[in-house]
Amino acid sequence: MCLVLGGKRIKSRLFVGTGKLPNYELIKDIIKEADIDVVTVAVRRVSKDSTRENILDYIPKDTIIMVNTSGARDHKEAIKIALIGRELTNSNWVKVEIEADTKYLLPDNEETIKACQVLVKEGFKVFPYISPDLIVSKKLEDIGVCAVMPLGAPIGTNKGLVAKELLKTIINEIKIPVIVDAGIGRPSHAAEAMELGAEACLINTAIATAKDPINMAKAFKMAIDAGRRAYEIGILKEKEYADASSPLTGFLRGV
Amino acid sequence: MNLDEFVNLYEKHKKRPSKKDAIEILTKDEITEVDYIKLLNCYDLDVLEVAARKAKDITERYFGKNIFLYAPLYISNFCSSGCIYCGYSCFNKIKRKRLNINEIEDEMKALKKKGFQTILILTGEDNTKEGFNHLKDAVRFARRYFSEVLIETSPLTLEGYMELVNEGLTGVTLYQETYDLDTYKKVHLLGKKRDFKARLCAIERAIEAGVREVNIGCLLGLCSDYLKDVFLLSMHAMYLLKKYSKVELSISFPRIRPFKGMKFNYTEVSDLELVKFIVYTRLFLKSVGINISTRERSDLRDNLIGLGVTKMSAESKTSVGGYSKEGHSFEQFEVSDKRSLDEIIKVIRSKGYNAEFTNWVMI
Repeated sequence: MCLVLGGKRIKSRLFVGTGKLPNYELIKDIIKEADIDVVTVAVRRVSKDSTRENILDYIPKDTIIMVNTSGARDHKEAIKIALIGRELTNSNWVKVEIEADTKYLLPDNEETIKACQVLVKEGFKVFPYISPDLIVSKKLEDIGVCAVMPLGAPIGTNKGLVAKELLKTIINEIKIPVIVDAGIGRPSHAAEAMELGAEACLINTAIATAKDPINMAKAFKMAIDAGRRAYEIGILKEKEYADASSPLTGFLRGV
Repeated sequence: MNLDEFVNLYEKHKKRPSKKDAIEILTKDEITEVDYIKLLNCYDLDVLEVAARKAKDITERYFGKNIFLYAPLYISNFCSSGCIYCGYSCFNKIKRKRLNINEIEDEMKALKKKGFQTILILTGEDNTKEGFNHLKDAVRFARRYFSEVLIETSPLTLEGYMELVNEGLTGVTLYQETYDLDTYKKVHLLGKKRDFKARLCAIERAIEAGVREVNIGCLLGLCSDYLKDVFLLSMHAMYLLKKYSKVELSISFPRIRPFKGMKFNYTEVSDLELVKFIVYTRLFLKSVGINISTRERSDLRDNLIGLGVTKMSAESKTSVGGYSKEGHSFEQFEVSDKRSLDEIIKVIRSKGYNAEFTNWVMI
């Protein structure tokens, strides 16, 4: 089934970050080769008047740009960055990222809620990046964000879904899409997130710092598609005992 | 910050570890203060190679494949301090110059034209009202041209930093120079800079005033026990990280460079030592930026890309008015890497990294 986000039909459930790549040329190749619809772009990396290259020149016109407020330390900075980002990119999709801890790069959920309240009213399609917390997710759903983006593990750690049980509570209890963001290091981690019922995954470090970012993006795309397809079919539950395909006691029931 | 506690810790553990012990430390996800002391005292090249690979991985996870480039801009060399290792010292009979606002703007335009978006404005230790107003004007002008505006000047009051933050200041660089009190007293002969504790506390005023980025450092070679200096610098960084979790922190390990007429006998710090400091500090302080200036040789700077370094100055002039005019004034120190910005970008790319010019948007 196609994903509808912010009023747009999204074919690719792999969203890609652009902030850690070794060169901008790769952005265009990754988008083309892995068939990506949505990329995040940190506003602080977009230059409006540089004599050097501009990241926006490497993003095809039909790709959805989700501007990212990374670097913001509170809701006021995030709001200003989002407004500048919209002006620079003509995109009203915004990933609200407010980090109050530069050591572990963990998001500040409280400030994020405040920023989302304003940005939704300003007409943005808002995608908050949060520490996985069901109550915060519900509050954000009430505010009117398009999706929540809880982390699987702290940014850049490649540790996978260390917050799996918390992610499950969010996926099970809210109606808006859940996009797992941060900490995913391997395609199998992404598949696991999709099998849980996440609607998409946002991957940055694991692709950008791979030896071959284009093929790694393709690998993630395949894993995400596989995980989603399995979720839609219905994943079989794990059992504590064997369940033979040919019942051992069927003869008693005339089988 | 209780410096004595860390000095005692260093003195207690500063012995060379066995290769086995050092390798065992490298298997840990998080290394302790004691582990870090042991690594700083380890000279085994095999251990360093293993650590370098780990440092590269950590750096890419935290900072991506990026090297951030910036340019220093010297706007005045008036100085009231007598620091025996510095070309701008008030003891040196050199031509003093303070750029006027038109000259400052010319310099900024020249840097902007090259592509710089991050600028570090430097002055001597000028504590006069006139000096502060001059600095304030420079910050106000810099905001028009650059995304990030940092200063490296004498420490200011909280109100002084706040005034500059209101004008567009985003960061402060302030080096303690050495964390060894005896050495500090011997090399700072005159001026406000003689007050060790006042300087140590100053960076916190900048953070409290609202700058988003601070850079601390020590000048390697001032103190003969430079391993201790590096350890105490990292402890200072750790203290700031714990107390101010929102601030972006970076550190520098500048080695003393000669200047014309220098009469000071400093301790030579080898390339190996510098590489050790960068690599082992990256393992200890994973999220902290590491800065290398053009005072280091080009071949060494090239080899440091990927080992933990995240920031570099490029095409730097260390004289007042050096970018826009020929025949500029006396240099603070002799630049070693004299390559153009384009040449440096080419090398960064050839190493598989992206040359970035800013990490912030002026809001």
